[in-house]
Amino acid sequence: MQTPKTNQQKKIQVDSSSMDRIHPMENVLRMDRIPHIWCPGCGIGLAVTAFAAALEKAEIDLSKIVIVSGIGCTGRVAGYVKLDSFHTTHGRAIAFATGIKVANPDMKVVVFSGDGDLIAIGGNHFIHAARRNIDMLVVCVNNFIYAMTGGQVAPTTPLTAYATTCPFGCVEPPFNIPYLADSSGAVYVARWTTLHVRRLTNAFVEALNKKGFSVVEAISPCAQYYSRINRLGDGLDMMRYYHDNAEIRNGEDTKNLDIDFQGKIIVGKFIDRERPSYTDRYNEWLSKVKGGENEPG
Amino acid sequence: MKADQRDVLTGVYYIDGDVASGYGALAAGCKFIAGYPITPSTEAAEAFARIAPKGGAMFIQMEDELASISAIVGAAWAGAKTMTITSGPGYSLMMETIGYGAMLETPFVLLNIQRGGPSTGVPTKTGQADMMQARWGSHGDYELIAIAPDSPQELFDHTIKAFNLAEKYRCPVMIMADECVGHMTEKVVIPRAEEIELEPRRWYTGPPDEYIPFKPDEDLVPKMVKAGSGHKLFISGRLHDERGYPVDNEHFELKYVRRLIDKIMCNKDKIIELKEEQLDDADVVVVSYGISSRVAVRGIEMAREKGIKVGNLRLITVWPFPDERITELAKKVKAFVVPEINYGQVVFDVARCCHGNANVVLVPHGGAGVHMPDDICDAILLGAKEERKIEKVIEFKTQLEKLVFKGGSKLKE
Repeated sequence: MQTPKTNQQKKIQVDSSSMDRIHPMENVLRMDRIPHIWCPGCGIGLAVTAFAAALEKAEIDLSKIVIVSGIGCTGRVAGYVKLDSFHTTHGRAIAFATGIKVANPDMKVVVFSGDGDLIAIGGNHFIHAARRNIDMLVVCVNNFIYAMTGGQVAPTTPLTAYATTCPFGCVEPPFNIPYLADSSGAVYVARWTTLHVRRLTNAFVEALNKKGFSVVEAISPCAQYYSRINRLGDGLDMMRYYHDNAEIRNGEDTKNLDIDFQGKIIVGKFIDRERPSYTDRYNEWLSKVKGGENEPG
Repeated sequence: MKADQRDVLTGVYYIDGDVASGYGALAAGCKFIAGYPITPSTEAAEAFARIAPKGGAMFIQMEDELASISAIVGAAWAGAKTMTITSGPGYSLMMETIGYGAMLETPFVLLNIQRGGPSTGVPTKTGQADMMQARWGSHGDYELIAIAPDSPQELFDHTIKAFNLAEKYRCPVMIMADECVGHMTEKVVIPRAEEIELEPRRWYTGPPDEYIPFKPDEDLVPKMVKAGSGHKLFISGRLHDERGYPVDNEHFELKYVRRLIDKIMCNKDKIIELKEEQLDDADVVVVSYGISSRVAVRGIEMAREKGIKVGNLRLITVWPFPDERITELAKKVKAFVVPEINYGQVVFDVARCCHGNANVVLVPHGGAGVHMPDDICDAILLGAKEERKIEKVIEFKTQLEKLVFKGGSKLKE
């Protein structure tokens, strides 16, 4: 049995130079806003870590990238990332980001929000931005529940799982987000859990370099609401569930990606294709209009 | 700052109000309109979509009104002058983001070609029943500017005016036109670009590290930067401090939300535009706006022919409301007559400002039509005749009402 370390011993272990070192992600995080509001065991921080690492890896010009969030736990991400960041109304992050992108096509646009914000109240904007193929990366942190408001059922809550507004179990089948993105026209679709930090980071890097509507679903534990009401333990237990049940199947048909309650989670990169983006099509059209080729109807 | 030559379609036109507004938006330097089709506002969107490429502007038809207004707020923060175009039901859908725009102090213009309501109402015919919605529609405390043009020419001119006000005060500006004005075809003169004065955006030009997004200038309006200019903005609809960071306490609510109101209210004198006619000797004053003010002109003429001293006060700016002017007039005149195409909205603000010093006569009219000038004339006569001080707003019974209800609505009898 290990003997408990005394304070003296602990002190010796601390590298004195660490006090002067800056946080490795200080250039992309608003350190003056830390500590963040997320609960212990929550996975959103991991998704942000992966995103911050991806920004560095993708060598993005940090002054030319804008991050837009909606409302909810993940909606707070924009406030902690040191980029031009916007915290919009509930559900409208993609619509707002569309305005930024088409008014200033030089900007790299990232929407970072939750499943409720993007798929329920913002579902219409999600499918239409995918259809238009607006050049943006949409990061959808999916925790299966409305967590900010205290654990209500979401359009991603697995069938039979409990939530405060379905106290006898969820009766509605959830959305399969990669399938929705794929069928609406997204050019890059991947899903990872927040346990797969390295793969999630790589997905962000790929999607940031991809032109067109890219969707990365990050399945993340809600250790306070989803986990507690469903008796799933703490954040670590949920990570263990991901560890034991996540199966990597790159290129899998997005039809097969439904998630059952505590069932298998298929992760991987499913779609990576080329389609002209909205801006490309618009510019081509504009040059025709200006050249007199396209007459008004 | 003068308008860009490429944006101004100088000439004399015979066009409807909607189209004139679309032309006005381009002349004002609007580079981005997002909209969703809704009668009777579609012609404005169509006109803009057709001329936009010429001026390097663009029109995008979004999936709904929620998206349209969100996109223009986004585009405004990307540096563009922006507008959206809608009517009744679409206007209701936009309410949340109007408040968001006010909270973020985002300059944008919203053209509402009002139709008969409520709900789907009378899509192809007129109404003026969104006036209070313009004032109070989004939740929480905020102030914005609303103007009411009464002709296609004004829809051109006032669209430019709306953009100028939006930039100057960094707030949403509503153009509260109505179907009659929107669909009315008249002569519209578009001047040369150098005759059009534009208000530039209040850009911040100092060192990027010293920029504080919500630190107000002396007139209470802060400077703006656009996304992508290296300022690492954080902009949120949450109650925030000057840096834009969320705060949760009553001190900031008082400091910040109070300023959102004060920046409009303290600059009221510079914002409000009224058109006053024959007020010097008036016993009765007609207060009107939009299409009702055009009908009122004939009613006033008829009353003058009958020897009544009646003047005309046209609200070109409806919000903020000209409280002081109404209060001042109320001390001198016997009555105000307020014709509106609704069952009483702006009239109650007139009554509020009278402080009991003058009577107030409402000439109501349901959507789908405009007043008869005779009604306005009779209401003026009623106002001139009534010697008693009536404590509540006097509701004039129109000919239409008498006809439909055969002598008056049962409930009121």
